[in-house]
Amino acid sequence: MSNQRPDGVTPSQTVGPYFKYGLTPNGEYEWNDAFTNNLLTPDTSGERIRVEGKVYDGDGAVIPDCMLEIWQADAQGRFSDPQDARALPNSSFKGFGRAGTDKSGAYSFDTIKPGSVPDADGKPQAPHIVLAVFARGMLLHLYTRIYFDDEAGNAADAVLALVPADRRATLIAKKAGAGGTYTFDVHLQGDNETVFFDV
Amino acid sequence: MTLLYPLQSLAAHPARLSPDYRSTVKRSPQKPLIPMRHTLSELTGPVYGHETVRAHDNDLTIQAKGEPLGERIIVHGHVRDEDGRGVPNTLVELWQANACGRYIHVVDQHPAPLDPNFTGAGRTQSDADGYYRFITIKPGAYPWGNHHNAWRPAHIHFSVFGHSFVSRLVTQMYFPGDPLFPFDPIFNSVTDEKARARMISSFDLDNTKPDWALCYRFDIVLRGRNATPMETK
Ligand SMILES: [Fe+3]
Repeated sequence: MSNQRPDGVTPSQTVGPYFKYGLTPNGEYEWNDAFTNNLLTPDTSGERIRVEGKVYDGDGAVIPDCMLEIWQADAQGRFSDPQDARALPNSSFKGFGRAGTDKSGAYSFDTIKPGSVPDADGKPQAPHIVLAVFARGMLLHLYTRIYFDDEAGNAADAVLALVPADRRATLIAKKAGAGGTYTFDVHLQGDNETVFFDV
Repeated sequence: MTLLYPLQSLAAHPARLSPDYRSTVKRSPQKPLIPMRHTLSELTGPVYGHETVRAHDNDLTIQAKGEPLGERIIVHGHVRDEDGRGVPNTLVELWQANACGRYIHVVDQHPAPLDPNFTGAGRTQSDADGYYRFITIKPGAYPWGNHHNAWRPAHIHFSVFGHSFVSRLVTQMYFPGDPLFPFDPIFNSVTDEKARARMISSFDLDNTKPDWALCYRFDIVLRGRNATPMETK
């Protein structure tokens, strides 16, 4: 293999309408899933939650062929990745999930409420989950974050502070009754357009 | 704002709003994306999924009882970062149409035959040098509803992870010399010619197996740490 420096990254292309049998078969196709929307393992500690919602396009129509991926710390705020030098290998919680939307544009993840992770200055961030959104019609996926409406730390979070106050609510999952369910809808466009980050 | 993974790397990607690809019009944000410094949440990434890779998942020609129809091919290459380093042990997933240009996905209504011996899904893990290899069938071109007489050039969809959540890449691999290139708004959503060329595999005679299969090389380049900013045109 040559060690020549490449002249740039391979460009992104849309995931298209037909990814399901390869990436999110979920029992509907014969292929086995590499990842699922259930991040829980028997030894996972922390508050068990479900994050659910729908994905909408610029007409307010639901997107039934969307793929969502989440990445998060465990309840102690540690990532299951050796690059997080602080990580403790004491749980099989991996922190990554993948889901496809159904006919009604709905998705869900079963996971735990993540702990706090330091920001770029080493200050604690409010608990959050990183979310990547893929779909037909999206040539490059979008990044956003899921925060939680019952976390006092939101007020001091450096990333939320970058967001105009009137748009911050699009990043905050709302507790839906008891049982640890939070609602988080994604609007790719329109009046309620979700805040996406340039990362 | 200096980032460990510079934003300049993203310049090679298509504009999210690329109106010639009609579905982008209602599925691209209209408000500006908000820049932010990367935190551990962005700089780490999943290092699992490999345990679901079974012994022959990288050979799409032996997943069924019989052999699929079409032209058997080898697709191989390296996953590298922008600094030229191989990305080891990373998950590479692919999915594609069969030789007739038909996906097994229930939504695909193209009146071309399904192949009972071809699913079109595969996955593998790059080795210590970032090398990966698949055996598959050359996919056919297929029509789509974007505009009159719209056909996608033959392509294989790829999904790759890399070192962090911000190196995540979903792309499509094309075949050299495809006559449909000038007419495809997805391929041409990448406006820089050199960047477009990085999505096109090269015919690899040296690794073509005599009496058995043609070989194509597709090197995948992910964002690099401390990558030198690209020249801006
Ligand atoms: Fe396709």
